[in-house]
Amino acid sequence: MFFLDHAWLVPLIPAVSFVAILFFGKRLPRNGAELGVVSVGASFVLSCGALIGWVQRVNDAKPAGSALGGMVHAFGQSVGRLGAEGHVAAVSPVVHHLTWWRSGGIEFGAGTQIDGLAVMMMFVVTLISFLVHVYSTEYMHGDRRFTYFFAALSLFTASMLLLVVADNTLQLLVGWELVGLCSFMLIGHWWEEKPNSDAALKAFLTTRTGDVGLTIGVIMTFFLVQRATGSGSFNILAVNSAALSGHVGHSFVFWCALALFIGIIGKSGQFPLHTWLPDAMAGPTPVSALIHAATMVVAGVYLGARLFPVFWTGFNIHDGGVNPMALIGGITIIIGAALAFVQDDIKKVLAYSTISQLGYMVMGLGVGAWTAAVFHLFTHAFFKANLFLGAGSVSHSGAHHSFDMKKDMGGLRKYMPITFATFLIGSLALAGIFPLAGFWSKDEILVTANAANYKFFFYVGLVGAFMTAAYMTRCIYLTFFGEYRGGHAHAAPELDGTAHGAVEDVADAHLAEVAEAAHGHHDEPHESNGLITVPLIVLTVFSVLAGFINAAPFHIEKFRDWFEPRVAFPVSTIVHPAFSWPKAIISVAIALAGFAVAYAYYWLGLGPQRLAERNPLARAGKMFLVKKYYLDDLYEKVIVAGIKGPIANAVYWVNQHIIDNVLNYTGRGAKALGEMTYEYIDQGVIDGAVNGLAAGTGEAGGAARQLQTGRLQFYALLLVLAVGLFSLALWIAS
Amino acid sequence: MVHVLAASSHATNQGFPLLTALIVLPFIGAVVALLVPVRRPELIRVVGYITTAATFGFAVYLLADFNTAQHGFQHYQLVERHRWMGEFGVQWFLGVDGISLFMVALNALLFPLGLLASSKVEQPKSFIVWMLLLEGAVMGVFLALDLIVFFIFFEFVLVPMYFIIAGWGYDNRRYAAMKFFLYTMAGSAFLLVGILSVAFLYQRAGHALTFDSTVLVPWASAHGSLAVITSKWLFLAFAVGFAVKIPLFPFHTWLPDAHTQAPTAGSVVLAGVMLKMGTYGFLRFSVPMFPQAAVDLAPVLLVLAVIGITYGAIVAAMQPDLKRLIAYSSIAHLGFVVLGTFALTTQGISGGLFTMLSHGLTTGALFLLVGMLSDRRHTREIAAFGGLWKSIPVFAGLFIATAFASIGLPGFSGFVGEFLALLGAFLTSRWYAVVATTGVILAAVYLLWAVQRAFTGEPEGENVGLPDLSLRELATVVPLLALSLFLGFHPRPVLDRVDPASRDLIAHVEQTTKYRQPAVANNGPKVAATVGGK
Repeated sequence: MFFLDHAWLVPLIPAVSFVAILFFGKRLPRNGAELGVVSVGASFVLSCGALIGWVQRVNDAKPAGSALGGMVHAFGQSVGRLGAEGHVAAVSPVVHHLTWWRSGGIEFGAGTQIDGLAVMMMFVVTLISFLVHVYSTEYMHGDRRFTYFFAALSLFTASMLLLVVADNTLQLLVGWELVGLCSFMLIGHWWEEKPNSDAALKAFLTTRTGDVGLTIGVIMTFFLVQRATGSGSFNILAVNSAALSGHVGHSFVFWCALALFIGIIGKSGQFPLHTWLPDAMAGPTPVSALIHAATMVVAGVYLGARLFPVFWTGFNIHDGGVNPMALIGGITIIIGAALAFVQDDIKKVLAYSTISQLGYMVMGLGVGAWTAAVFHLFTHAFFKANLFLGAGSVSHSGAHHSFDMKKDMGGLRKYMPITFATFLIGSLALAGIFPLAGFWSKDEILVTANAANYKFFFYVGLVGAFMTAAYMTRCIYLTFFGEYRGGHAHAAPELDGTAHGAVEDVADAHLAEVAEAAHGHHDEPHESNGLITVPLIVLTVFSVLAGFINAAPFHIEKFRDWFEPRVAFPVSTIVHPAFSWPKAIISVAIALAGFAVAYAYYWLGLGPQRLAERNPLARAGKMFLVKKYYLDDLYEKVIVAGIKGPIANAVYWVNQHIIDNVLNYTGRGAKALGEMTYEYIDQGVIDGAVNGLAAGTGEAGGAARQLQTGRLQFYALLLVLAVGLFSLALWIAS
Repeated sequence: MVHVLAASSHATNQGFPLLTALIVLPFIGAVVALLVPVRRPELIRVVGYITTAATFGFAVYLLADFNTAQHGFQHYQLVERHRWMGEFGVQWFLGVDGISLFMVALNALLFPLGLLASSKVEQPKSFIVWMLLLEGAVMGVFLALDLIVFFIFFEFVLVPMYFIIAGWGYDNRRYAAMKFFLYTMAGSAFLLVGILSVAFLYQRAGHALTFDSTVLVPWASAHGSLAVITSKWLFLAFAVGFAVKIPLFPFHTWLPDAHTQAPTAGSVVLAGVMLKMGTYGFLRFSVPMFPQAAVDLAPVLLVLAVIGITYGAIVAAMQPDLKRLIAYSSIAHLGFVVLGTFALTTQGISGGLFTMLSHGLTTGALFLLVGMLSDRRHTREIAAFGGLWKSIPVFAGLFIATAFASIGLPGFSGFVGEFLALLGAFLTSRWYAVVATTGVILAAVYLLWAVQRAFTGEPEGENVGLPDLSLRELATVVPLLALSLFLGFHPRPVLDRVDPASRDLIAHVEQTTKYRQPAVANNGPKVAATVGGK
């Protein structure tokens, strides 16, 4: 199958596009944007080909046992999964591999491992990247670094795809680091303003803290394979087989899983390293949609899904109860959702919502709901990209480039009907309302948690569903209902809310320029044009329909059949609970309750309004949320400032005053000694040689004179002393 | 005797004495430059360029001529051996193997670029003479196989470097030059003691006096030649000499001063090749000669390496001076080399050797860039910069790319070397590797924080209206960055040559001690981890 065998083309095309845009973009009629759109479009077509090819491969597969040729026979894990309808054939991934470099018998390779998970991700990444590219041609129109922006988008797409198709953990690490770099460059796209470059730096450093875990995890899993088979390997299938083999001590697998999980926490915005993600909203909105909602931030979840057997064994996921993955995911659901309530910036609401939803995915993996978690990754990519691009549309055409819902929005449903409709549907999908995409995936996570003896996390998920519906209601109310509050200021650029004052003072020229170029004479809020609304509509269609690919009550479980791995995977023990109407009704009812409560509070003005102003306890609670649980303060004011300030200064003080002074005092003492014995030292040889050489250059006499006579002699003395000392030592020793 | 066989198995070079040419050519250039009158600086420059370019040409030929298939412990290529001071057992004995090959090439690459970067230097005559003498001496260090010849070059290097720092450095250059000279000289004293002791002990054992490393290494490492305690003392004597050069914590305090005060070309050469003379010495002499001591004392060096990695990074983070910041980062990078070396695994040593090359490229480029910035702004204070991305975008783009290369981002050479060193270290010294990994974040902290302060924001005051890079300046930096990028994507040309040498070295340690490198591959039950296609 061409598309499966040549998947390497999918990351390669945008990589070539990156280089081409970087060097020639500015000379092209559309400043390089056309190259980006076309290359990602080509990758999308190839990904669709791979998707179709894979589905055919699954459908064509013979029943279990007959299609095993050439696949992993690792510890009996290659048996076909027993599906609901009986035997489902084992389908091995299509793997191509070449050697990157070698050292001491270890091969470091690059390759493609195309299976269901990979084709699903390729499809999602290229589709959303393509839509974001199209959207950006309008949204970023007139930006001073337009070409550079598209170059970075291409590099990002290439790196993300490199990560997705990886057949080994080393390549995965490479892609992982590169997407982090692109994220850094794109968050700081408008680096003239300090908050933006601060946010970029914070994102890079926080995720890199997680990367330490990943790097150690990659090395450890290499040795995991070595312990199981005698021969180390970075190959993902080999790692997974080794983790399931039972030949390696459990504590080693646990440490592997923990190290990798630290990487997931950093990249996928899990508590307590989630704090960079809301700040990352300082980047242009298309970047937020692509990188910080749909693709890069799910790289952690993808890693969890890719190396799931390591976590399965290391964290004893099949045992139920509590494990680090489920726990961190569960905490993240709640803390992310709670923070979404106190945000005035629409993008920050969505960012905290993303954190919360990533929590669902990680918790899903943690409770063993592999298919549900990955399915949620799939549906979330569509509706969250939809919401972000919708927020960008609102800001672009309705709020003078501001993202402040309270100051610059309100009542926009009348002006922007398409954006309103797509945003509303996206919100309903996010809240998990039947039968939109989010319902199916979230419901499946909850049902599995319940069935797999993770009852507690089932309730956590329900609470999260309630909160999700409520904060999205607030967001829609502030943005699209009530009176229009915008129009007072002209240039309130894309920045996080906390930095507004400072930014308006800057009165940045280029953003005003952008606003002018994009708007012409429109002062009234209006609907965005087709380059923006068409991507929104496409994403809305996916937000509505994507869930039906795995709609159990209708006997459609294509997502599971197509995308769930069947080799080197705990297929026989993984839980696939039956769909349960009562539980589905409960979860939808809870989401509706969330809507209702928020509706009552915001629309009807019921309930304790302005409680925080009256009640000190409520005020303290709100403050705790506004201050983001003081985590930022802890990291920035205590840890980072500590390292940059007192710790570095103290270390440096020791360096200068102790280590260096030992030398200086030794030098002075020895110099005194040297001066005493100076006259006994033969000066002629050394002095003459040095001066002669210096004089020989014709003009370096000045430099030579700096070599104060006496010092060299002193060191000759030191040399003699050292020789004597060591000769003595040697004599004693031997 | 084993060592006689080893000594006779070299591929002795009968044709053109390429290695001698690599050493002598810069010296000849220096003499020619001396003969040109001071008032003809342009001619002197031409002599400098031609000499360094010709040396680079020879080095390229050496790379092409190097036979990857020919290796073995102490199996050198293009060997030249001539009697020199016969009565003292000293010979003009040169050879190259996977350990020295890329250091020679790096040296030959950095000098023409360094000269190109110093085209506006005052008193060009003496500057170029010193530079050429330095190049020849450094070549000698990496090619000499006779311990005395090695030591002479190792020491001689200090003289031109001293004059380059003291004559063309910044404000506090004299203190820095003197500190550099004295510190490394003191370290070398121990090295000399070590060298003489080994040779005399060999003589005392009833042999003719010699400083031939291919004779002394097999003898000293053979079981029973030296008392255990003696070999430990000797290892320490060598180690002090090399540790000062690297520099390994706590022998590092000369380095920030020397680097900060040195002129650009001086810093480039100092960081690019001279620091590696220390790590090279460990790999060429200390470990092979005293393998048991190396195995026994490895934990000490690993501790110092890990301290260097984290300590260098932390101190770098608070430096207000950009050049000093990069100087401290070298301590961290070289820590990875020592970590890999004393992990005593093939991957660790290969990773260390790769990092030596990679650090020469990226840090060399960073020093060149800082020099250009300092030429424009007449300051190196990070706080004085700001918004440079807007005022000099090409410079900023190159600096940021080089910074990413330096922090070991995949795609650049640093990643390959550091990852291999960490993997190799993990094999035998797991916790050291884990701690060292934190150095990876710290590297991002200090460099990117500096990048943010210097390059982002709106340029103000003197940062506005600076001229961007000239073609000459581009020509100095781009080759280094391009090579780092190339080796990041395609490290095999280097690793295929370096790795056999690392393997042979470890094999030698295994043969002479009870140490065994843990097996990672081709051992135990082979389970099919390969997966077929269709």
